[in-house]
Amino acid sequence: MSAIYAAEHITKTFGNAKTGVHAVRDVSFELEEAQVTTIVGESGSGKSTIARMVLGLMPVTSGKLIFRGKDVTRLSGRARTEYWRDVQAVFQDPFSAFNQFFTVGKLLARSMLLVGREVGQQRLEESLGYVGMDRSVLDRYPHQLSGGQRQRVMIARALMMRPKLLVADEATSMLDASLRVNILNVLTDLRNELGMTILFITHDIGQACYLADRVLVMEHGVMVEQGTTDEVIFNPQHEYTKRLLADVPKLHEAIAIDLDDLHQIAEPK
Amino acid sequence: MGTLVDARHIRGVYYTGDKDVVAVDDVSVKIEEGEVLGLAGESGSGKTTLGSIIALIARPPLHVERGTLEIDGQVQELGGDAKVPRTWRGAVVSMLPQGAMNSLSPTKRIRQLVYDVMRSHDRKVSRDEALDRARERITTLGLPARVLDAYPHQLSGGMKQRTVTIISTLLNPRLLVADEPTSALDVTSQKILIEMLLEMLEKKIISGVIFVTHDLPVLRTVATKIAVMYEGRIVERGPTAVMVDEPRHPYTQALMSSVLAPEPKYSKIRIEGMSSFDRSLFDAPAVIHG
Repeated sequence: MSAIYAAEHITKTFGNAKTGVHAVRDVSFELEEAQVTTIVGESGSGKSTIARMVLGLMPVTSGKLIFRGKDVTRLSGRARTEYWRDVQAVFQDPFSAFNQFFTVGKLLARSMLLVGREVGQQRLEESLGYVGMDRSVLDRYPHQLSGGQRQRVMIARALMMRPKLLVADEATSMLDASLRVNILNVLTDLRNELGMTILFITHDIGQACYLADRVLVMEHGVMVEQGTTDEVIFNPQHEYTKRLLADVPKLHEAIAIDLDDLHQIAEPK
Repeated sequence: MGTLVDARHIRGVYYTGDKDVVAVDDVSVKIEEGEVLGLAGESGSGKTTLGSIIALIARPPLHVERGTLEIDGQVQELGGDAKVPRTWRGAVVSMLPQGAMNSLSPTKRIRQLVYDVMRSHDRKVSRDEALDRARERITTLGLPARVLDAYPHQLSGGMKQRTVTIISTLLNPRLLVADEPTSALDVTSQKILIEMLLEMLEKKIISGVIFVTHDLPVLRTVATKIAVMYEGRIVERGPTAVMVDEPRHPYTQALMSSVLAPEPKYSKIRIEGMSSFDRSLFDAPAVIHG
């Protein structure tokens, strides 16, 4: 298998050189075609910043992004629009991603304009099929849909473009545990049936473990560990990954709660 | 230890105009002193509504049609036009609403909120008194005292959540109703918040907690008992270990089976989640363990 996407030593600094916040520091990774790659990390670790840079929504400070052999680090105008045909996104909050006054049909019709009406109609059917919805949803307004349904519509919208790469930034974090599995299954099916490459960003290691082929671990802007799911989650090497795993609440065993711990963690640095 | 809270036959209805929605249908819960009751269920199951009724903050369109709340032997009628004494809110029962950490005013320092909260219950309290009390509470619970002088944007999500939790318990309420307190936090902050809640119970700052969440693994860590709600009713309740390891109601079983944990088996199998279950099974009679 080959890498469809490569990030080489990308760095993102907010603010000026003196007071700057290093959100992402010298991170390199590759995304294999038809695989799900997951980035995990705490809040503030820079995982969403990576997603936004990959999507071309935020310029990188230094480093190189390569998509299918082409340098896509600094795109603008028409080239960027072309790029967005191949790279699509699903964001965290399905409650604010919709225009409240548009029906789902109207929302999807706007994507249809980009691919042409005839192809569009056909893709509309297919896209809704992949996410397990039918045409009746087209006449609904966003407030008539549940969170899980909205998120599936967002995925269907992204699929209208038949992207090569789908970036899902915390796409399931706002959903109930019971709906979460459905969305993850939709993503798994897309990988298996369409051979789509997916970059999935989450802070939940449980989801990463269920979905991912490869896992990248971020801590304070630095990528501390990467490898296959089995390597990273079941045989973590880095201290941070181990701590992250130890803190995950598990269903069938209580995690160690030590009240003295509290004071150590909370001491000001 | 004695019974702390005994809420009986609560029925909460949303009057929406054309169709009334029964969100909580004849639910009774009991909490012993020092216990954490976990309320679990999908969105729309009525768990937040039940929490807010017990926290005495039901407001139209939500109407409590029936129910009594007994805390420490004091009985309070909830239904109809019953008047709830103002002194109960915050001092006897306190609510930590969903997303509380995002409702801190961005232009006010934390100490301003502390003073406002204290003053609304005690007109005579001086600013210094209020702040001293908060400072002491904050340091005993392991937060740096500088949060009092900070603006919300200077605190991380986990710290904001711990701060609002401390403020909501400043008046030493007997019961704290915490609605999804950990859902927006990453795992490390979740763990610290849970440790803090347990420490509050141990130090007797609060005597009981109702922990509303859809996150079952978190409940496994924090709750003494779990009650699972579905369509406004409690379908199963019992001690945490029993609920997690041997759930008997089909709905509880379905909920437990859709939890993803970082264990080797989950990377190999496919979980169907709630959609693969026959919803009509969920109307099975409620199961009450012990």
